Amino acid sequence: MIIRIDPTAAEPLFEQVVFAVKTAVARGTAKAGDRLPSVRELARELAINPNTVVRAYEALERDGVIVRRQGAGCFLTGRGSDLAGSERRKQLQDLMRRTVTEAFHLGFQPEDLRKALDQNLDQVQFPEPRSQS
Amino acid sequence: MTVILEFDGVQRWFGEQRVLRGLSLRVEQGQVYALLGRNGAGKTTALRLLLGFLQPHRGTVRVLGHDPRDLGPAVRARIGYVGEDHRLYPTMSVGDAIAFEAGTRPGFRRTFVDRALERCGLRPAQRIPRLSRGQRAQLSLILAVASNPELLVCDDPALGLDVVMRRELLDALIDLLADTGCSVLFSSHFLGDVERIADRIGILHDGALLVDATLDDLKQRVARCTWVPAHGAVPPTGPHVLRVAPRRGGHDLTLLDAPPALLDDLRRRGELSPPVPPSLEDLFLDLTGPDRPGLLAEPIGELAARSGAGGGR
Repeated sequence: MIIRIDPTAAEPLFEQVVFAVKTAVARGTAKAGDRLPSVRELARELAINPNTVVRAYEALERDGVIVRRQGAGCFLTGRGSDLAGSERRKQLQDLMRRTVTEAFHLGFQPEDLRKALDQNLDQVQFPEPRSQS
Repeated sequence: MTVILEFDGVQRWFGEQRVLRGLSLRVEQGQVYALLGRNGAGKTTALRLLLGFLQPHRGTVRVLGHDPRDLGPAVRARIGYVGEDHRLYPTMSVGDAIAFEAGTRPGFRRTFVDRALERCGLRPAQRIPRLSRGQRAQLSLILAVASNPELLVCDDPALGLDVVMRRELLDALIDLLADTGCSVLFSSHFLGDVERIADRIGILHDGALLVDATLDDLKQRVARCTWVPAHGAVPPTGPHVLRVAPRRGGHDLTLLDAPPALLDDLRRRGELSPPVPPSLEDLFLDLTGPDRPGLLAEPIGELAARSGAGGGR
């Protein structure tokens, strides 16, 4: 699993780590059961504060992306969010509203946006649909 | 959160010159706090007050729950210090320096030191005067953290080190943090390193803090943009405008908590580039550079503390 960050970027470092792990899962370069680097390993590798890695792993655990096994480390769960269906749908709406708004202000047309969405969808390996609502 | 150290309204004169004119900051357990500022801003004075090498003229300093003026050996042993000059006795060898430090500190981890020396290629037989600047810095840091301090205080530890040695120092610090979760207060001029390692930064200027916030909060609150006004439009002023710097055809603006109405107004009266958070270096220059604005009424601080609710964005 490749995790890369840019300390000078606007996004907080811990969110960059979270997003890098989520991206690896979505693109299929990391899969269920894979072990994440230890806090110290990743802090050393990225040359960042271990506290930042801890925060990122805590956020990933809250989102159900990883699970912590005492003494063994953190592992990818391979399943989606634990959130209830209504909350998941609300978050999806928020994401879309933000994306569409920003695209509008960047001066794009709806077809540009649809094309960009399709391109991104092609890069992601979606699992079989879940039965839960 | 346990408060590890605290400055409260600290003032300190040297003769007629007031080097600190009301410094207030606190470091909580496990936090890495970077104290930034131009040369002469008062960083070293602050750290010396903290360690009890100097007395404040007004205000109070507390470290590990004690007044630094009466730190006993037991409390001192819980604090590691790396000075600007990496003071090591020139008559000693590396091994002598280690034995000396081990004799004065309870809980000195000999095996940790041996491993750390090996990692950075230092040998006990080497004479202190023969060490390079980088090796002295590494040895100072190893000795400072060898007894597992609860608090590490470093005064510009990377000063004079080359890029490779600085990264090695950063690695040693990261290891320490991963192993012990100790709190750190350090001053530095290397803002790229600070962006990697610091939880919170303070920018000291003219003896008081201009900024006392987490880096994440700063990135959210401060934005830079370029504005090319339509003919005759004047640049904005007010509490949301940290700095207006002229540039070709317009102005570079540094904004704090810019309300949408302000941005809309700027777009109406000219052309505005999308606002982006500044790098730490940009922010430092904006606030402390030669054409900086007047001093802020209060330091740029926590987002949560101001908006009241906290957490949400």
